[in-house]
Amino acid sequence: MTTTLNPLPTIPALTVKNGQSVALDAIPVLSYGAFSSEVLRLLSDPQNHCVNYYAFPDQGGLKFIAATANDGGSGAIYLLSHETPMDIQRLDSLTKSNLALHIYEREIAENFGIEFVGHPWAKPVRYAHDRADRSKTLRNYPFFKITGEEIHEVPVGPIHAGVIEPGHFRFMCNGETVLHLEIQLGYQHRGIEKLFLQKKTLIQRTVLAECIAGDTAIGHNLAFVQNMESLAGIRVSDNLQLLRTLALEIERLAMHTWGLSNLGVGIAYQLGNSVIGALRTPVINYMQWWCGNRFGKGLLRVGCNQYPFTAELKTRLLDLLDEYEAKYTEIAAEYFDLPSVQAPLEKTGTVTQEQMRLIGAVGMSARITGIPRDIRQSHPTGFYEKQRYETVTEQSGDVWARAMLRNREVQKSLAYIRLLLENVTTDGAETERVAVVLEPNQFSIALTEAWRGEVCHCAVTDASGELAHYKVKDPSVHNWLALGLAVRDNEISDFPICNKTFDLSYCGNDL
Amino acid sequence: MFETLKIIRRQGKQYIPDVTKPVLPEIFRGRPVLSTAPVDEAALVACCPTGAIGSAPVRLDLGTCVFCGECASLFPEKVRFTNDYKIATNVRERLVVYGGQDQPIALDPDRIRKEINAYFGGSLKLRQISAAGDNSDELELNAGGNVNFDMGRFGIEFLASPRHCDGIVITGPISENMAEATQICYDAVPAPKLIILAGTAAISGGIFAGSQALDRSFLSKYPIDLYIPGNPIHPLSFVNGVLELIRTKR
Ligand code: SF4
Repeated sequence: MTTTLNPLPTIPALTVKNGQSVALDAIPVLSYGAFSSEVLRLLSDPQNHCVNYYAFPDQGGLKFIAATANDGGSGAIYLLSHETPMDIQRLDSLTKSNLALHIYEREIAENFGIEFVGHPWAKPVRYAHDRADRSKTLRNYPFFKITGEEIHEVPVGPIHAGVIEPGHFRFMCNGETVLHLEIQLGYQHRGIEKLFLQKKTLIQRTVLAECIAGDTAIGHNLAFVQNMESLAGIRVSDNLQLLRTLALEIERLAMHTWGLSNLGVGIAYQLGNSVIGALRTPVINYMQWWCGNRFGKGLLRVGCNQYPFTAELKTRLLDLLDEYEAKYTEIAAEYFDLPSVQAPLEKTGTVTQEQMRLIGAVGMSARITGIPRDIRQSHPTGFYEKQRYETVTEQSGDVWARAMLRNREVQKSLAYIRLLLENVTTDGAETERVAVVLEPNQFSIALTEAWRGEVCHCAVTDASGELAHYKVKDPSVHNWLALGLAVRDNEISDFPICNKTFDLSYCGNDL
Repeated sequence: MFETLKIIRRQGKQYIPDVTKPVLPEIFRGRPVLSTAPVDEAALVACCPTGAIGSAPVRLDLGTCVFCGECASLFPEKVRFTNDYKIATNVRERLVVYGGQDQPIALDPDRIRKEINAYFGGSLKLRQISAAGDNSDELELNAGGNVNFDMGRFGIEFLASPRHCDGIVITGPISENMAEATQICYDAVPAPKLIILAGTAAISGGIFAGSQALDRSFLSKYPIDLYIPGNPIHPLSFVNGVLELIRTKR
């Protein structure tokens, strides 16, 4: 695991940058054997991680694309592909050698009916409408079983007690202690990737991108607009890039504030819940001042922003930051200093760095164990390229670390937003619309570090420049397993604060 | 202790004293107004991502509109969104706005079921069903109960068990994979019970309309008591709509 191999691939993968598009046929096509060993070789370097691996129908067969990102400062993304007849039934599983690939292989298996021989956890991902085998249903999910006299199962959901999205949790418990939690998702499946092709106009697709996960409207839509712009050869102004970065950081600030407030509910700390909750209101109301929508829907458009960032908005934001910071600092000092807050959070729901590396955790779930995985730093685009965002990490991997990380990221975002405001122009030029014509036969990839972690979208165009395939990956796809690992050997009553602090997306997973 | 008191003092009063009164910024996309100005109707209809705009006569259906702003950006002389957030109604057709019309959207009192005010006028407990909602409508429903909107003061509250509730609030376009759970949950609510559709996705499918992964058959089985458009709904649209529904006497 530790040997750092020559970072350059021996069979040269195609190297691209975040937000770049290339001719689809420029991506090397390897036999499955060569493809496997090359992907695994790249991933044996701990500096690399797989940001997407999927298959799609192409010219009568199936095309597999693997995108491996180098986090060591090069900004490189290595692309490799493999082609196979549509009726392929079996392939050797790569997950046996690299667990982080488990979710990708499960998705390919579900979509195309391929059996990955030796896959240790070959289960459905989301029960997509067009899955290969419709005899597999939510009702007959193969739950892991533990038997024993004292063992009992606790099923929860799909509908939960609070006002949240649906998903099913199956706890295997010995008394109050959780031995295993299995998370069964798919209830939220809307057929997003197919809709990207069914809906033909740009505005339809943009609105769709904003609704992949409405709490990450900016994070997902930013990946979408970057893909479309690179496919259309549009270079947007520095100021527009800056404004998009600003929107992304405001979204992070709002959702981190929400998360910390919601944690207050989990530990019955009413003051923290209410005061921090009240702090989120002006932040999302600010988005409403900017674009008419508290979640930033309607702001980002391909080639432009729909609404101008005015001088008045700038002043308003500076005032907001001052007020937010004063109130936040005061409550955070109180919140995180209380023994009755610390006690339930510390050493609860712990995951280790080794586990997070194994499962390929991204974003906050990686950073709570000291893995500095952060697209803003490793594969920066827009303003992050000019002014590096310095990633913060925590080490202890427990609920406390997740709360602390969000607390520190709130402060980082406040500082970064101020920096953005020092550099912003308020001439409104960013709202000018541009024509969008996609290049034919291209592949493009765009990653953004949304508040939960990396969002990765890949697009492919056909010979006429029409979208032939669109792939969406939300960070939650990787991190749900982290939640499952976190609650092992914990009391079942600690589940809510674990769930609230991982704060993962159901619809992002289910698409 | 002193710190806590200081914090509470600094917070002051957070709640909105009268939830029927706040004024949202002009840029908020609430109830639209269509002018009588001539327009290339085909182009106007075509620009809309969800087919919310119809022609001859020009009209805009809020039950289908995802509030993307495209029509108003491209045809500002024809379409203008006002900051009027009171856009909930109990009659589906009332969500359609016609050219030259600048009327508030309201409930039709004659079509509110009699028992609603009698039973729920002072207290309405709701079970929320996110049926493939994208979590923005859900967050806004949560916000309805926060210290600002504080709908708990009107007795409006979300509860965990459908058996303790007076109705359901559906968000999302209702995926095939949530269809069964939606039905089971509704069946568990004791009668008389309400159905509220929160958000455009729930009302018409919104941007997801046409997806084969949906199963909206539940909605054709029962009368709907309240439609609240939005993408997502604004908490003020929700609170005002629900208050009008439960407080209107018949
Ligand atoms: S704002 Fe509504 S009516 Fe206008 S284009 Fe968007 S979805 Fe259509």
